[in-house]
Amino acid sequence: MRPTTEDELAGIIRAATGPLRITGGGTRGLLGEGEPLETGGLTGIVLYEPAALTLVVRAGTPLAEVEAALAAEGQRLPFEPGDMGALLGRNGASTIGGVVATNASGPRRVQAGACRDALIGVRFVDGRGTLIRNGGRVMKNVTGYDLVKLLAGSRGSLGVLTEVAFKLQPIPPASATLILPGLSPARAVAAMSAALGSPYDVTGAAHLPGIGTLIRLEGLAASVGYRVGRLLVALAPYGQAVVERDADAAAALWRQVRDAAPFHGRAGDVWRISVRPSDGPEVAARLGGEVVMDWGGGLIWALYPAGMDARAPLAGIAGHATRVRGGSRDVPALPPEPAAVAALTAGLRAQFDPRAIFASGR
Amino acid sequence: MQMPAPDARILGRKPAIVARLREVLPADAVIDDPVELRAYECDALSAYRCSPLAAILPRSTAEVAAALKICAAEGVKVVPRGSGTSLAGGAMPSQDSVVLGVARMNRVLEVDHADRIMKVEAGRTNLSVTGAIEQDGFFYAPDPSSQLACAIAGNIAMNSGGAHCLKYGVTTNNLLGVTLVTMAGEVLQIGGAHLDAPGLDLLGVICGSEGQLGVVTEATLRILARPEGARPVLIGFESSEVAGACVADIIRAGVLPVAIEFMDRPCIRATEAFAHPGYPDCEALLIIEVEGAPAEIDEQLALIRTIAGRHSPVEIRESRSEEESRRIWLGRKSAFGAMGQINDYMCLDGTIPVSALPQVLRRIGELSAQYGLEVANVFHAGDGNMHPLILYNANAPGQLDLCERLGAEILTLCVEVGGCLTGEHGVGIEKRDLMGVQFGAADLDAQMRVKDVFDPAWLLNPAKVFPLAASAARRGA
Repeated sequence: MRPTTEDELAGIIRAATGPLRITGGGTRGLLGEGEPLETGGLTGIVLYEPAALTLVVRAGTPLAEVEAALAAEGQRLPFEPGDMGALLGRNGASTIGGVVATNASGPRRVQAGACRDALIGVRFVDGRGTLIRNGGRVMKNVTGYDLVKLLAGSRGSLGVLTEVAFKLQPIPPASATLILPGLSPARAVAAMSAALGSPYDVTGAAHLPGIGTLIRLEGLAASVGYRVGRLLVALAPYGQAVVERDADAAAALWRQVRDAAPFHGRAGDVWRISVRPSDGPEVAARLGGEVVMDWGGGLIWALYPAGMDARAPLAGIAGHATRVRGGSRDVPALPPEPAAVAALTAGLRAQFDPRAIFASGR
Repeated sequence: MQMPAPDARILGRKPAIVARLREVLPADAVIDDPVELRAYECDALSAYRCSPLAAILPRSTAEVAAALKICAAEGVKVVPRGSGTSLAGGAMPSQDSVVLGVARMNRVLEVDHADRIMKVEAGRTNLSVTGAIEQDGFFYAPDPSSQLACAIAGNIAMNSGGAHCLKYGVTTNNLLGVTLVTMAGEVLQIGGAHLDAPGLDLLGVICGSEGQLGVVTEATLRILARPEGARPVLIGFESSEVAGACVADIIRAGVLPVAIEFMDRPCIRATEAFAHPGYPDCEALLIIEVEGAPAEIDEQLALIRTIAGRHSPVEIRESRSEEESRRIWLGRKSAFGAMGQINDYMCLDGTIPVSALPQVLRRIGELSAQYGLEVANVFHAGDGNMHPLILYNANAPGQLDLCERLGAEILTLCVEVGGCLTGEHGVGIEKRDLMGVQFGAADLDAQMRVKDVFDPAWLLNPAKVFPLAASAARRGA
């Protein structure tokens, strides 16, 4: 089924008798079974006002199309969403709705916020077949409850997104990436914390095996030059950094971090672990294998033996772990929640999807 | 402004309810004396007042939980309160409610510079959060005008903003976790020192829920390294339209100032008379602040001056010293005080798409003439969050009502051009009955279904946010 209007979508949902599997580009590994409900008929930019840094777009629009339209005006999505296709071995074209449904946020999350922070409005059809609007197209809006955030990262479990609105960011004219080679995870996180805790407005801090520890600066040309100089001094205790000033070369490095490229095509499960940055090295040590660290150490991508439970060795560390690739009947992909929180989650799902037809997010 | 009739059964049980609360709270934490209760009868929306049944001032999450269990068992409504600075009536009680103030819970629980987080009790004031970390070169970004007095609890309830959110975002973008006590008295940890939610983003919907989903007692906040410096430039224009066009061009050019503030002529004149900041006498002025090291500031301001130069500015005044920066901000920061000097005023808070600015200002001028009430405009131009101030005389019969009707027309206008009723103050009781302008019945019902999950009996701050008719069945009214 491939509705082309919200009304048609609402009709399909109301008439559904069994589970529906909401599908955008199919690149993000959302779970579940059921009759496919494709969003590819709900496409197109509804409104783009570059001078107001505002975009409203239908949810089935390919991410690449959105990014191209923004780039033509020198703008971008602030949160640097990744492309999970290669990691998961999928060929589809990621949609903007899938980005929102998984709250996909890349390296710039540490400075510019996550997808949920840039998302300012949604339209969605819930499991009752009701069209619901929340937020809007303005940057500051506290009118009523913020269901926009509730929908971001809800993995299709509350409704089918039909339209999403973002605040945007101008692409800065200059950038530079400092690369510190050869640091252990603990030293890498210390260096990243020093950079992120400096006044130099770091927009990315990651640790890429075989490459080094990366620190990104963006802005006006003279400003970037100044901050590179200051950070070279501040990070001197961690070694002599190489400065990558070539924009394309640096962008390729950050794409590797964003998409967990070191694990593409390799055997094993891939886990995504979110902790406070200073716990990052301990996570890396306990898992024992290869890791990519992003968000200054707060986000860890780990390659782990197939079918094994990566949560068990991490007991006692606050945060959560999600298996993004691989499978095991015995180990759930999504992190279990404490009973009281799980009760709220179940309550919300029962309100928005009382017939439990959106199986994909569960 | 209408409030539901108080529940006579609850009023009659006041002594029993107070006695039960005293069993779980220290003697000085339960207030039932009518004179003392007057301190809790309103917040900063002081036109509306009502004394509560009682007020409680717990000192710990455990005390909050114990008190809420009793209120839930008794079926008593609870109105959470931070510092009582809401401009929307978010903390205004009803006669049959218990005010739960968290002001005594104000400790700093943890500061971690390496992880750039800070955990505080929610009664701590916004400014004292930054006060606890500024000696280490850090700050907490959201900075509502009331930051000297307002509490983090209220900031979270209303998702407060401030002058610098163009760059740093509002409360929800700087909040990582909360300790939430539900109406049933259950204590939940939502989020933490890590950056994203494991499942549904409950934190995202708790922030801005106006005290209707639970009582926040602790918060984990994102803290930032303070930039090396900041400097404003003041630019005067011959018309609001031109000022608006200049803002659009600056944003298009890829400069992202930390603040772009706008004032119109009535506001400029009033602040000039009140605080003597030495502003140019013009139709509109912008105060644009940029941050960084001196050379970085120079680079940004040079670009801004070039852009502004294309809009025939009346004056460009770039600060070169702390004193000049202070004078440039003086008028803007005293704008509300200046208005209060002249008259009573009502402060609106709608947001509009930045592109609609000239059209909206023109229409506000027409409405102002039609109602015979002066309107001064001061607002955050970068993000379209307007604060029209309607001047009126509270002592003249009918003027408050006239002012409210004009306010409703202006907010309706904000929605019509693609904006919203409130950008940072919240709905409270003030904009409750306008919600139908922005939302359809299904949109409101979806929000109320969230409250059904967190607070099935609708005891937490129930007569707020949603039009009374829309929430009546749920409130059991």
